[in-house]
Amino acid sequence: MSATVTRDQVTPVVYDALAELGPERDQIHDAATWEELDVDSLDLAELSQVVEEEFGVRLKGDDVAQIKTVGEAVELIVARAG
Amino acid sequence: MGLTTLPAAAPHATTPTREGCALVTGGSRGIGAAVARALAADGWPVAVSYRSGADEAHALADEIQGLALGADVTAPAAADELIAGAEEALGPVAVLVNNAGVRADGLAIQLEDDAWDSVMATNLTAAFRLTRRAVRGMVRRRDGRVINIASVVGPKANAGQANYAASKAGLIGMTKTIAVEVARRGVTVNAVAPGFIATDMTADLPDGVLDAVPARRAGRPEDVAACVRFLASPDAAYITGSVLTVDGGLSA
Repeated sequence: MSATVTRDQVTPVVYDALAELGPERDQIHDAATWEELDVDSLDLAELSQVVEEEFGVRLKGDDVAQIKTVGEAVELIVARAG
Repeated sequence: MGLTTLPAAAPHATTPTREGCALVTGGSRGIGAAVARALAADGWPVAVSYRSGADEAHALADEIQGLALGADVTAPAAADELIAGAEEALGPVAVLVNNAGVRADGLAIQLEDDAWDSVMATNLTAAFRLTRRAVRGMVRRRDGRVINIASVVGPKANAGQANYAASKAGLIGMTKTIAVEVARRGVTVNAVAPGFIATDMTADLPDGVLDAVPARRAGRPEDVAACVRFLASPDAAYITGSVLTVDGGLSA
């Protein structure tokens, strides 16, 4: 695992993972909320699995419950991986 | 609310159309061995786990061209090791059968902590850990079957089995809840609830228990395996959170 993970590395992984979960690609941007994207708790659990595989960052249910937007998720992952 | 119209299902699909393998815990003998044979007959590559009975488990694996994995399912790392071991050899675990079970009977007022803890650890906690681990991949693949071997004891009382009944009732509650959590990903979670089945586990019970069974005979491991085979089949895709009772009428 590299010591630092950048926003530019995390963003495409998160966007790709979300696109597979249902939202249209053009709806996905940093300010989009889970509610707008119709992303639910099971989707977020799946996203957490992808993130763990890609970056070795383990997001728990409590962590994920705090974040409301795509951008916040990216920031949390970057911070945890740093 | 709009309902999606689905194409007509192919009647009586008899072979799995899905990728991957089946993992049966406690597969060296009894119900687990019968389940492993039934799933293999349906074309599944099958891995069986065993704690004791290594010879039987390996003989069974040879017979069904499957895999035998030694493991104590109560060990915290067992779920990871078993799923990884099965996947490495046979592909993704598409069917998980939580069959490993123990009993340690006694009237509640005399039941030792060990007898409580060991039964809960095998019958309930291990099933949870294996389900948690297996369902992660199933959810991602949008396909999977978890079948938990519960019991008619739990929903129904059986004096001398407070620990066993609690573990099996807990298993049914877990089955229903996880079923609801993952249903929209094409993953089903069901329980099979056997009554009195003639296995090593029931060998010491008095013949008199059969008087309570309307069918007037003990069930065979194959009777239980048939239920598991059905729940793992394509025909059972819309059944989830259910308990299929196989008890010769005992709990009717």
